[in-house]
Amino acid sequence: MIATLSNKKKNRLPGILEHASGDKRFKILEAHIKKHQFKQDALIEVLHKAQELFGYLEDDLLLFIAYRLKLPASRVYGVATFYHFFTLKPKGKHTCVVCMGTACYVKGADKVLAAVEEKTRIKAGETTPDGELSLLTARCIGACGIAPAVVYDGTVTPRQTPDLALEHVKGWTGRGN
Amino acid sequence: MVIDDLVEIAEKERASRKKYVIRCCMAAGCMSSDSKGVKEALDKAVKEAGLESEVEVRGVGCMKLCCQGPLVQMDSHGQGATVEISAEGHGPLYQKVTPEDAASLVGTLKGGKTKVQQGDPKDPFFTEQMSIVLANSGIVDPERIESYIAADGYQALHDVLREMTPKEVLDTMIKSGLRGRGGAGYPTGLKWATVAKTASQQKYVICNADEGDPGAFMDRSVLESDPHSVLEGMAIAAYAVGATQGFIYVRAEYPLAISRLQTAIKQAKQQGLLGSGIFESPFNFNIDLRIGAGAFVCGEETALMASVEGKRGAPRPRPPFPAESGLWGSPTLINNVETFANVAPIIRKGAEWFASIGTEKSKGTKVFALAGKITNTGLIEVPMGTTLRQIVEKMGGGAPDGGKIKAVQTGGPSGGCIPAEALDTPVDYDSLTKLGSIMGSGGMIVMDETTRMVDVARFFMEFCMDESCGKCIPCRAGTVQMHNLLTKILARKATARDLKKLEDLCEMVKNTSLCGLGQTAPNPVLSTLRFFRNEYAELLQEDVHGGPNSNGNGNGKKEALAPMI
Repeated sequence: MIATLSNKKKNRLPGILEHASGDKRFKILEAHIKKHQFKQDALIEVLHKAQELFGYLEDDLLLFIAYRLKLPASRVYGVATFYHFFTLKPKGKHTCVVCMGTACYVKGADKVLAAVEEKTRIKAGETTPDGELSLLTARCIGACGIAPAVVYDGTVTPRQTPDLALEHVKGWTGRGN
Repeated sequence: MVIDDLVEIAEKERASRKKYVIRCCMAAGCMSSDSKGVKEALDKAVKEAGLESEVEVRGVGCMKLCCQGPLVQMDSHGQGATVEISAEGHGPLYQKVTPEDAASLVGTLKGGKTKVQQGDPKDPFFTEQMSIVLANSGIVDPERIESYIAADGYQALHDVLREMTPKEVLDTMIKSGLRGRGGAGYPTGLKWATVAKTASQQKYVICNADEGDPGAFMDRSVLESDPHSVLEGMAIAAYAVGATQGFIYVRAEYPLAISRLQTAIKQAKQQGLLGSGIFESPFNFNIDLRIGAGAFVCGEETALMASVEGKRGAPRPRPPFPAESGLWGSPTLINNVETFANVAPIIRKGAEWFASIGTEKSKGTKVFALAGKITNTGLIEVPMGTTLRQIVEKMGGGAPDGGKIKAVQTGGPSGGCIPAEALDTPVDYDSLTKLGSIMGSGGMIVMDETTRMVDVARFFMEFCMDESCGKCIPCRAGTVQMHNLLTKILARKATARDLKKLEDLCEMVKNTSLCGLGQTAPNPVLSTLRFFRNEYAELLQEDVHGGPNSNGNGNGKKEALAPMI
């Protein structure tokens, strides 16, 4: 079982398992893995669950998943970095996702994004230094009928303008402005 | 479950229908404008007016005119109804409804008046539509299987399992002339027949719901509004090809579609419409959901299968085609959501009926998502062969605020821009291909005079550059170089030689890439070059090396020719 991890990683294993033992979320994750009968092809489902539980995928978590599914750590890391949906860095307390699909783009989503970028002084894909706000872009959230759309903390909001967006992220920027 | 049980459920559902049904759109578009609040307010208003025995407030799927959401429509049945009903049997359609409007809307049932904006049912946006795939959308409750059964749901599955051989189903599909709705337009019946004749113990059916094209939301709407029609279509396909396991690969960006599918699968299993011995026949079929993780390339069938297997979504060369060797090496049938949604109506109404709609080579209807600079944004379903002008100008109402339509983009990053001069083109697979675009999955983005075409080309190239999986070099490196060249053109630093280089690169990437993503990535550039070449030319600089546009005075700057890496 341990052979699936390289020698270097093997030394980390006891540490990871100990790390996992004190955390309830690992138990939930393990139950989820069990539900999928430890099947290796359930890797993406397991990563979804892990990200839902932990918010992001840190190294130890990926190694834990590799160990439980008996997969090489490289494969787990490869899959986690291939898909845009998975993030290896912690997200901010609030998220602001600007849809950059074609319909939103031709209706001025780029201007909305630029306004938020200027105000928060971070670029798309980054988090403010105080960890308050993550600014992200989406390929297309399929809300083209109400473009341009922005998702604030999981709520899709229709017909955004730079002013409306700035109003919304006000107070999330951590500087109170 | 036998047919009597099915009929009983349908009859019970129809009998329990109340005098008035207030349908409230609960699809993602309207939900983002608080249609959930509207539905709750309507429920409360009905209760307060003491009309619970007469009025049902039903959450339904997409009612098509997304730009005017949240939408609420009233229906009435039986005698003495006070609501005016159109010839199609539907009452007034209220637009931009807020929770505060609920009381006055319920009041209209008792002769009251309301100030809420009403849609015109005679608007071409509605009258020109022909619904096959969207027939149940906005009518049935997507979260209750009984509602779908009452609309003749699962009838086709019963007929197929009890009265038809797999061969007969295949013949019906071939005769119907249905072509894949995912974009490429491969004849569905032939694809099914190939999987059916490949001998194997284990076969799979996959529904491709990884609707990655930016600007397309047809599949999302079908899944949110009528998930059971997709399940039924998949089950019929599985019977025809001899599969026992199905997967629906759906994007993680569509949480509502995912939850409705989960509900639908659970209900179908409870009713014995999925599982083992369906309709007391020897046919077993199960469907599992697979959630994507945000990779556009996974819409490509071989990449999608890799992703279902829990791997990185990298495509592989074909042949072998999935029909021969697909998921875990077994023969696999992959069809798009809309293709599966067409199956049950074809079985119910016959191949001849379906083949009578549309053009000679493209049968049936197609759902399009109208978006961009257009007055009526939303979903439309029209017979194949309808002209773009009819769709964009008549149904869509043209560009808003008196603007002029410049181009229509179809097919997303794999498609092209069709100029306003070509709006009289009938929409079918072959006509659009001739114009250098593709039918695609059905996204239609309208652009007006303010849109710069080179900008659009770069937007799509940036998309392809980011989404290239990196497996083959033409796509991985070529898209980056094309993007750099487009950026250089936009910065007014490029010369005619750069444009030539861009065109050569387009041809190379198109001809040598491994999968559809790379092969079609140059399309937006090629089609804008074909129809809007002057916009590129305006941005070019003179060439200091004596190119075709050079006047030899060395006007151009040296760095303009520096390698653009």
